[in-house]
Amino acid sequence: MEDINKKTILIADDDYDYLFQMKMKIEGFGYRVVCADSQKEAENIIKTLKPDLAIFDLMMENDDSGFILCYRIKKLYPDVPIIIATGVSAEAGYSFSLNSEKNKRWIKADLYLDKGIREDQIHKEITRLLGLKDTKQ
Amino acid sequence: MGKLKILVVDDEPGICSGIKRILSDFTVTYPFMEENIEFEIDDVLTGEEAVDIITTNPPEILLLDNKLPGISGVEILEKITKEHINVLVIMITSHASIDIAVKATANGAFDFVPKPFTPQELKSSVENIAKHIYLKRMTKKMKVEGKQIRFQFLSVLSHELKAPINAIEGYLKIIKGKQVGDNIDSYIPMIDRSLARINGMRNLIMDLLDLTHIEAGKKKRELKPVNITKTAQIAIDTIEPLAIQMDIKINLDADNDFIITADPEEIEIIFNNLLSNAVKYNKKGGTVDCLITEENNSIKISVSDTGIGMAQEDIPKLFKEFFRLKNEKTRSITGTGLGLSIVKDIVQLYNGNIEVKSKINQGSTFSLTLNK
Repeated sequence: MEDINKKTILIADDDYDYLFQMKMKIEGFGYRVVCADSQKEAENIIKTLKPDLAIFDLMMENDDSGFILCYRIKKLYPDVPIIIATGVSAEAGYSFSLNSEKNKRWIKADLYLDKGIREDQIHKEITRLLGLKDTKQ
Repeated sequence: MGKLKILVVDDEPGICSGIKRILSDFTVTYPFMEENIEFEIDDVLTGEEAVDIITTNPPEILLLDNKLPGISGVEILEKITKEHINVLVIMITSHASIDIAVKATANGAFDFVPKPFTPQELKSSVENIAKHIYLKRMTKKMKVEGKQIRFQFLSVLSHELKAPINAIEGYLKIIKGKQVGDNIDSYIPMIDRSLARINGMRNLIMDLLDLTHIEAGKKKRELKPVNITKTAQIAIDTIEPLAIQMDIKINLDADNDFIITADPEEIEIIFNNLLSNAVKYNKKGGTVDCLITEENNSIKISVSDTGIGMAQEDIPKLFKEFFRLKNEKTRSITGTGLGLSIVKDIVQLYNGNIEVKSKINQGSTFSLTLNK
């Protein structure tokens, strides 16, 4: 039987393989995982579901889909921690266009992660963000 | 580019008002400029006031009399040069002294106008300086924009190349850790996905080479008579196996052997891209119609499909590098997101144009013209 106390993590990414692998990893950590393969699908999901944490890809239908989702979810549920996972970060600078950087700088994700990050590091960050949230409550 | 601010510094109020009058309706323009350069003129009577303004809110242009009661014009000029203040100076040299003029230009003045001057002399000096500022700004702007475009291209490219590496690496780690058990069959879908991603990467690299060759203009173009109809037929034969798998019929409608002077490889790339898109984004049992006609001095090619189509708002994005339509229906379709930008680049080489009509769930038509 599924543990009803399991925390739910929403993952949105348009890369099928990345989504599949993340789901597998995070389910392995003991969380329930809900997947969305587009910004649009994620937007629909959050209308009826409040996840305990969300991991968004930055570039999906739009170059700044991750930011848009960040904004939407923080508006609905300000206490849900958000991780933005991006394929391009450190070496090229963030890849969002300068325009969107200017416009969206005020939107704060709780954490930016490179997609190449090691499994135990993701686990640690998720635990940390979920822990912070619990102490706040 | 809006208004350029001019500050006039002269201890004779008559000169200040005279300059204001001369320049009040004066505008500068280039034939290719959309808007004129206009001027906003202010004046002060002493060097001290001028220094205040220059150090807090510098104008673009300073019309500076040398002989002032306190700080002299040359001293102000030295300060501007030493402190790298971003203002261009026209010296008004009283007593028609060539010595001061020479010293001033050596000290960094852009130009000098000897007193007494005619309105025309003043205007031509201001015109020179305004054009200088305009060109400098344009060059700077173009440099910045060029860098931005390149930076964006490289960052998107590195994203596109890293995504498959991450995916394949992920699968390999799962396999290495035997994370779904000892049965080797459980890993077959992951191996298939890895192979598909490797294939996608190979295609991306090939397309990228095409694109950079075309854009850099370095690929040696071989222009010769090309039979468009035959090229289309060869492309259709190439794509046929994929079409048969999806039960799609490809029709070629060309009532002639149309000939155009072109680089054969470029024409092949056009047909390969448009036809493979028309098959990939089609539905099982659908059709693809390739129509070639001749109009005046150009060849018109249109490729229509009965496929999934797309929303109007997505059409303008289609030709953007790396743009791929992402939705439920396109999830399993592979592509690099470069094909149509390559086609667009080629069509431009023939002074042609390309347009798209599409209806969701009914299909899309890509029409292009190539000028002979």
